[in-house]
Amino acid sequence: MESPAPTTRASSPPPAAGWSLPGIGLLKGMAVTAVNMIQSYYRKDRMTTVQYPEERAPISPNFRNFPFLVYDGDNMAGLRCTACSICEKECPPQCIYIVLDRDENGKSLKRPKVFDIDVSVCMNCGICAEVCPFDSIYMDGQYELATGDRFGGLLFNKETLARSTDYHAQLRPLEAAEVAARRKAEEEKKLAAQAAKVAKAKLEKEQKELKAKEEQEKGTGA
Amino acid sequence: MRVPALIALVLGSFPSLGLAATDKPPLLTGESLPRLPQRLVEMALEALKAPDWLVSLASFATAAGTVVAVFLSAFALLSLIERKTLARAQNRLGPNRAGIFGILQPVADGIKMLTKEDIVPTKAEWFLHLVAPVMIVIPSILALGVIPYGREWLPVPLELGLVFFFATGTMTEVAVFIAGWASGSKFPMLGAMRAISQMISYELPLIISALSVVMLSGTLSLADIVAAQSGYHLGFIPAWNILTPWGFVAGIIFLIAANAESNRCPFDLPEGESEIVAGHMTEYSGFKYALFFMGEYLGLFAISGLGITLFLGGWQAPLPGLGFVPSWFWFFGKLAAIIFFFLWVRTTFPRVRVDQLMRFAWLCLIPIALLTLPVAALWHFTANPDGSNGVLSWLLCSAILAVPFIIITVIFNRRLAPSLRTYHYAE
Repeated sequence: MESPAPTTRASSPPPAAGWSLPGIGLLKGMAVTAVNMIQSYYRKDRMTTVQYPEERAPISPNFRNFPFLVYDGDNMAGLRCTACSICEKECPPQCIYIVLDRDENGKSLKRPKVFDIDVSVCMNCGICAEVCPFDSIYMDGQYELATGDRFGGLLFNKETLARSTDYHAQLRPLEAAEVAARRKAEEEKKLAAQAAKVAKAKLEKEQKELKAKEEQEKGTGA
Repeated sequence: MRVPALIALVLGSFPSLGLAATDKPPLLTGESLPRLPQRLVEMALEALKAPDWLVSLASFATAAGTVVAVFLSAFALLSLIERKTLARAQNRLGPNRAGIFGILQPVADGIKMLTKEDIVPTKAEWFLHLVAPVMIVIPSILALGVIPYGREWLPVPLELGLVFFFATGTMTEVAVFIAGWASGSKFPMLGAMRAISQMISYELPLIISALSVVMLSGTLSLADIVAAQSGYHLGFIPAWNILTPWGFVAGIIFLIAANAESNRCPFDLPEGESEIVAGHMTEYSGFKYALFFMGEYLGLFAISGLGITLFLGGWQAPLPGLGFVPSWFWFFGKLAAIIFFFLWVRTTFPRVRVDQLMRFAWLCLIPIALLTLPVAALWHFTANPDGSNGVLSWLLCSAILAVPFIIITVIFNRRLAPSLRTYHYAE
């Protein structure tokens, strides 16, 4: 019975921390649990339980699971996705399926005809959101996805995936603001470039006209 | 006609049961409320001119039924209160979904247990596997029968109630070992081995600590032991055994040993779920598993009831002038307090090791329990003629108990205290 293994015990016992009546340690332990028991009835900070269906813990802006698609404006017409299929190719479990929309001549309309994500396959890695060059796909904060239909109910199409920019701004204000600012700057740059192009074209046209006029004048003069 | 005559003969040997009682107190008072079903059955059968043996038998059965009904509902309630208390000690809420405050949780648990599949392993001895859970419940119910719950509420007034209690209590160990053996699997076997060694070791201090009470009461009848603790010292201190030096020590030893006997934390080694799955209950499922729990909790009630009877004055009121409250109310109040103490202990202490458990029983509890016997005798012989004890008697008895206690526990502690570990390979 009395055989402390020499390999697990120190050769000399540690200095005693003062003598106390045997059993005091037990009483101290019981006092701790008693304090816990009593204070749990009136100290709010002790009870960290969140009673889930009635109340929820606020989710962190860094919380992320299944992806969603962002559209500008009020409806699906403003979908940012251009069906470039980068996310489809990058997706490690290959849960994204995209078909490019084309007009009757076979010309690309730069928008997806089909955009499906099978969330039963998705592993929430966020690579699609990382690689998207069009700020179109982001990770969602939605976690109540249980459904009775294990195939159809977990295959999200374009309509179920689409969310407004407001939703994104509400979910992750910092990220959304940064994206919005960047997109606005790009838009302005684009507009400026377009304006410059128009101006340049106008200038060239004017110069051309002037040249033609001069030549005409020269011709008539000659 | 031989069999009824035989039953009547057997029942006739319990004089205070059934018809043998000649005096008829008023039917409905607070004191006799728990005996109301029994009385009603007796009256109904007498009105129907039933034969005597049938009336006795029915009366007996109703008395037993009352106890079983009371303690099964207490078991249901305790299973909820235990979870609530443990949750509160861990700053959780506990079950609160089934009904208000989770009051329907026991019902939900019961339905779940009843509807579960009853699995019998192929390697199990199916008959013993079936018998073990039944055998674990029966002794607990039998033991509950001999405890005096109130002045008028004593289901089976046995002269040798204490002996009967310990004799039936020992059957639990057999049942646990049968459960472990019959499961045909290694974890139940290990759990049963642990249970046997633990229960037999702790039976000794349990019985020795009860012996000192028997010695001073001079009787083995539990009703007489309660009666011996009636009265008050100085007009307000109840004359309970726990309030004497030997009774205090014996009571604490009884409490610890009772905790170990009912396999509760920190002595729940036989079913240590982190080590051996669930011990002897590993291969059980469904209602058989529920029966093990029922047996454990009924055993807890029984042994707490015995502790109250032996040391806490049974159904005696804690203060004089409270005679208007029914006596069984005090019994159940004390029972609730003891059970809460067990819950409190369970939520506080981690499980002990097997060697610590054994050493604690044999080197600490049993010597001190043995010491209470001579001290109880000394207490008896140094008493004043009126039965009270003087200061000298108090000091002498306390010193004889305290000095060896400190010596034993200090030696014990020094040998058991965890020292600094040295790691040879992991650094």
